Amino acid sequence: MSGQTLFAKVWDAHVVAPETAATPATLYVDLHLVHEVTSPQAFDVLRERGLRVRRPDRTVATMDHSIPTTPRPARGPQLISDPEARAQIERLERNCAEFGVKLHALGDDQQGIVHVIAPEIGLTRPGMTITCGDSHTSTHGAFGALAFGIGTSEVGYVLATQCLLQRRPKTMRATMDGAPTRGVTAKDLVLALIAKIGTAGGTGHVIEYTGSAVRAMSMEERMTVCNMTIEGGARAGMIAPDDHTYQWLAGCPEAPKGAAWERALAYWRSLQTEPGAAFDRDVTIDVSALTPMITFGTDPSTAIPIGSPVPDAGGDPSRARSLAYMGVEAGKPLLGRKVDVVFVGSCTNARLSDLRQAASVVKGRRVAPGVRMMVVAGSQQVKKHAEAEGLDQIFRDAGAEWREPGCSMCIAMNGDRLEAGQYAVSTSNRNFEGRQGQGGRTFLASPLTAAAAAVTGRITDVRELMAG
Amino acid sequence: MEPIRTIVSRFVWLPLDDADTDQIIPARFLKTTSRVGLGAHLFADRRGPDFPLDQPDAKGAKVIVAGRNFGCGSSREHAPWALADAGFSAIIALGIADIFRANSIKNGIVPIVVDAAFHARLAADRAAEVVIDLDKLTVSIGKDGPSAPFVLDAFSRHCLMAGVDELGLLLAQTDAISAYEKRVEAAS
Ligand code: SF4
Repeated sequence: MSGQTLFAKVWDAHVVAPETAATPATLYVDLHLVHEVTSPQAFDVLRERGLRVRRPDRTVATMDHSIPTTPRPARGPQLISDPEARAQIERLERNCAEFGVKLHALGDDQQGIVHVIAPEIGLTRPGMTITCGDSHTSTHGAFGALAFGIGTSEVGYVLATQCLLQRRPKTMRATMDGAPTRGVTAKDLVLALIAKIGTAGGTGHVIEYTGSAVRAMSMEERMTVCNMTIEGGARAGMIAPDDHTYQWLAGCPEAPKGAAWERALAYWRSLQTEPGAAFDRDVTIDVSALTPMITFGTDPSTAIPIGSPVPDAGGDPSRARSLAYMGVEAGKPLLGRKVDVVFVGSCTNARLSDLRQAASVVKGRRVAPGVRMMVVAGSQQVKKHAEAEGLDQIFRDAGAEWREPGCSMCIAMNGDRLEAGQYAVSTSNRNFEGRQGQGGRTFLASPLTAAAAAVTGRITDVRELMAG
Repeated sequence: MEPIRTIVSRFVWLPLDDADTDQIIPARFLKTTSRVGLGAHLFADRRGPDFPLDQPDAKGAKVIVAGRNFGCGSSREHAPWALADAGFSAIIALGIADIFRANSIKNGIVPIVVDAAFHARLAADRAAEVVIDLDKLTVSIGKDGPSAPFVLDAFSRHCLMAGVDELGLLLAQTDAISAYEKRVEAAS
C-alpha cells in the first residue's frame, strides 16, 4: 500500500522527536486554546516551577463554560453573581495578563465558545495541530487540522513547552456517501455514525470523514460532524480541506494574506489523503437512507430514527438503567412525548446556519405553552450576524429566550440548567445523566428537530412542519 | 507523584458501562481553581445507600472495577483528581476512554482493561483482594488466585513506576523544540 493519509501528513510534520518503543513522540502544537475551567491549575504549575508560557503568540483564551448567558452590560465588567464562577473568571483574567496570553473576555466582540470562535477568527487552519483542555477540540478537524482534547496536566505541558508526548493513534475512515433527504442534517449524520460504531467504537483512532456527503457539507456542517467525533470515542476527526475550507478562511481576520495566503494555499492543497492510503478501519454510512435522528438514552450512541420505537434493553443492565432514568418505554417511539425545555446552542450546533435552521421552523409559529426555548448563539459574531438577519426577532416573537453567547445549558455549570425530571430536546452533544442539570433528561437532536419540539411542545418529526 | 509497583486492595464493584466523567465528577464542581478536595464529590449524583461506593466494605478500597468505556466524555482531569483524592489508584474495566486513560496515568491511577472472562471472575469474588503487579503487568484475584495480563505501554508503565513527571521530560527537550521551531519558520 502506498499513499499517505491526511492524518499522517499532519502528524509527521509536527514530530519534534520520533516515537520509540520506550517513549512516545514529542508532538508540536501549533495552536493552544484555553478556557477558564481547565486552565487555572495548569497556570499554577507554571508559577510553582518558575516557567513562562513558551509561545503566547500560539495561545488564545476565552471564557465560555462558567459564564452566565443573561444580558450583559454594554460596558464595564459583567456582574457574575456566582462567587465560584466569578473567581474562576477573574483567575483566567489574571493568568492571561501575567503570562501575556490573548484573552477574548466578556465584552470582547470575539468572545464565545472556544470551538466556535477559533474557526471564526481564522486561528484554525488546515494542517495545524490544535489542543485545548476540552474534549470537543475535535471540532477544528473540520478544517483538516489534527485537533484533540487534553487534560489539565497536558494544558500545562503545552503552555510551558508547546509540546506533548503522544503515541501515534490508529486511523479510521468514515465514508458518508449520498444526498441527505429533507429534514436530515449533519447532526443526524453524525448521530447515525455514533449509533453504528458505539461510544467506544473510535477509541484509539483518529477518524477521517470522506465521501460525497462530506464534500457537499458547508464548513459549519463539517464542524458539527467533527465536534461529535469524541462521542464515538475518537479524540480527533478530520476532513481534508477543499474550496469550502479556503472560502471560509479567506473571510477570516487572522487568515494569512497576500503572498502568505498563496503559500499557505499550496500547502493546504497538498494535505489530501492519497489514493491507496491505508486505514486501520473503515465504516460507511448511506446518507440517502437516513431520517432525522434523536437519542432516547443516556449516551449519544442511543440515536434512533425519529419515528422508530425505542429498542429493548436486551438484558443489558446499563441500558435498562438508562431507559429507567429517561422514563422511556421500549417498543414505543419517542414521537409525541411532551418536552419542557428546548435548547438550541453549544459548540455542536450554535453557528449561524444552525440558528437559521431553527428559525426557519419557528418563524410564524409560537413556542408551545409550558415550553421554555433557549437560543444561545455560539459566539458574539454569530449573535451579531443572526441579529443582522433578524433571527433574534423571529425567536423572540415566538416567545423564545435569546441569550448571550456561552456554553449555557450544554454543561449546566453557569446557571442555565434543567430541573430534576425535566425533559429537554437539545442540540448539544451529551445526554449523560445530569449533564444538563441534576436529574434532567436530554434528547439530543438537530436544530430542526429541536425547533419542531419547541413549537409543538412534543417530540415531532420536523418534516411534518416543513413546507414543500 | 508516588511511584507504584504493586497494589494490593479490595475493590469496589461498580458495574457501570459508559461511566462518563460528568458522572464521575459533575460539572457544577468544576468551578474550583484547585485540584484538591474533589474526592468528596466523586459520583456526587449517584451516591446513596444503594451505590457501591457507599457500602461499608468500600472503605479503604483502592481499586474500582467497572464496565465498558470507563471515563468517556469530557476531558476534565477533575475526574482522576477526584478518584485519586478519594484514595483510588487503579481502575479495572472492560474498556477505558482515551483521554481519561492519559489523565489517569498523570495522577497515579493505573488503567487496566481486562476481558469479559476475567471480569466475570471478579464479579464472582467481590470480597477478594486484587493484586496488581506493574512489573509483570498482571492482575490477580488474591495472591495465588486466577491472574490475567494487561497491556500498558512501556512509557506509561515507567511513568507510574518511577513517579515520572512528563513536564520534566518535555522541558529537557527544549533545544530540540527550538530547533524544530527554527526549521518550520525557515520553511514558511
Ligand atoms: S458548548 Fe458544551 S461541549 Fe462545547 S465546549 Fe461548551 S461545555 Fe463543552
